[in-house]
Amino acid sequence: MVAIDNRSAEQILEPSPLAKLRRRIFGHYSFLFGAGVILLMIFVALAAPLLAPHDPYYTDLSKRIQMPFWHADTTPEKYDPAHPLGTDKVGRDYLSRLIYGAQVSLLIGFSAMIISGIIGTTLGVIAGYFGGRVDLVINFIINVRLALPVFLVALSVGFVFGASLEIVILVLGLFLWDRFAVVMRSITMQAREMDYVNAARAIGVSTPTIIVKEVFPNVLNSLTVVATVEMANAILLEAALSFLGFGVQAPEPSWGLMLNEAREFMFFHPWLLTLPGLALFLLVLAINLFGDGLRDVTQARERA
Amino acid sequence: MLTYTLKRLFVALLILIVVSALTFSMSHLASDPAMAIAGETASAEDIKEIRRIYGFDQPIWYQYMAWAGKALTGDFGTSYHYREQVSTMLAQRFPTTLTLGICALAFALVLSIPMGVLAAIRPNSLIDRTALFVAVLGQALPTFWFALMLMILFGVQLRWLPISGNDTWAHFVMPAIALGYYSTPALMRLTRAGMIEVLNSDYIRTARAKGLRPPTMMFKHALRNAILPVVSLTAVQFGFALGGSIVIETIFNLKGIGWLSYDAILRADLPVVQAIVLVIACFYVVLTLAADLLNAALDPRIRVR
Repeated sequence: MVAIDNRSAEQILEPSPLAKLRRRIFGHYSFLFGAGVILLMIFVALAAPLLAPHDPYYTDLSKRIQMPFWHADTTPEKYDPAHPLGTDKVGRDYLSRLIYGAQVSLLIGFSAMIISGIIGTTLGVIAGYFGGRVDLVINFIINVRLALPVFLVALSVGFVFGASLEIVILVLGLFLWDRFAVVMRSITMQAREMDYVNAARAIGVSTPTIIVKEVFPNVLNSLTVVATVEMANAILLEAALSFLGFGVQAPEPSWGLMLNEAREFMFFHPWLLTLPGLALFLLVLAINLFGDGLRDVTQARERA
Repeated sequence: MLTYTLKRLFVALLILIVVSALTFSMSHLASDPAMAIAGETASAEDIKEIRRIYGFDQPIWYQYMAWAGKALTGDFGTSYHYREQVSTMLAQRFPTTLTLGICALAFALVLSIPMGVLAAIRPNSLIDRTALFVAVLGQALPTFWFALMLMILFGVQLRWLPISGNDTWAHFVMPAIALGYYSTPALMRLTRAGMIEVLNSDYIRTARAKGLRPPTMMFKHALRNAILPVVSLTAVQFGFALGGSIVIETIFNLKGIGWLSYDAILRADLPVVQAIVLVIACFYVVLTLAADLLNAALDPRIRVR
């Protein structure tokens, strides 16, 4: 007896892995949203000189605190169509400052993430691959780092060395590597036991080559997910530091610093606080959704 | 269990020694404490004299040993600015921060455990999606901005709650919500994941087959097991909340440890900053140690690793 296969052609022809991946990506709305907003923010940051209607540093004391467009009806005498989102306390265009603020946040988030990524990945991969005493020592370093309160140390460093954009990047980069190290360590431990790593070792491939060529490509997915978490973290910490006056300094247009400058107007002009916070929230939300989505899309096993 | 406990205790102690040495040496090498005490108007002679009196002319390791020896007995020296015992200042401020931390975590647990459980009962349902939404929002909300928004809405516009100070319980409501919401996503995700795992296990299936009433099964059998990892995460989150209270206390003018640390940094009050870093580190180390030991006591497999 010959079994008659009455499945349709589509059912018999398994879609290619790439087609499956494409389907997963375009079926994942929060991932698409996150990726879209990040791309938009990067575009805004790069094209800031073209997009911003005014110079973000140009002050005009005769135009202090112009209202945004949604208050135009109630206070027409304090609304200037040239400043759709109003102006701040020294008459700088708020929209332009928000646009340039994307540069600061993305720059700090990205640079701090790269620095901490290099430190954490190196430590984690070394600990996971060699194990034993090396692992013990690195694990201890990770625990020391976790016991130090990041925010307090960052504030103190900002005070001692003088706060600036570079110092913020450096401090956050030197402090946010713990998650990279922890995740990379455990994944490398698993990867070390894989047959292909044993095979490479058996044919005499040197240890550094095994780490770079065999282990590393297989931990890349998890690395990207951790990277998004840490980038979001760095952006939030920068904003909080700048808000307390120990991060990016005036007159730079950092969203955290804008919130600091707007604080005294909380009672009469709360929109000055709403806008930079919303921008910050949107960027961090997008990065988180992107990271979560990436995990769903790339880890085929867990979804099953 | 005894070997494991001793091993973990030894590591915890070592961590504290390294942390204290790091904080001490960094703060002393990076800035000149004598200048901070003397103020800007002091002459070179004055500074020299201060250096001698405070022992800053001694080698750094000697200064550290002297400081650490005293710190062990609870003596963190005298504040440069307030000329008061640091330990007394900390003791005065600590109840405020502790109250804030406990309220914040209580808020986080009240929000995250029921939502996590409900989400786990019906994955992908409307409740699950709402819970996920709340978690995703919580991760992305900048804590200090959330605090400011709460202040504008409930303090300035509705005038329901006071926006500054720490005199009554009402002063703690907004700070606790702002601080607690930050811990909610992690706690809720862990509760949900734990519950889903437990609900799929054999003994729950048995309980179901036996005809146990769903609430009994849920609370007596499932939640009890799913809650274990949440307990240890709560310990860690409590440590984070102490660290995160700096910005919240500053915003709400809640005069606890966080407020004190910001004030001390602004005044270059080194002994106070050092003591607070060490106290927070201590808290973190003790809480994680307790969580580890608890887990080891409950799960024998951990001990032999």
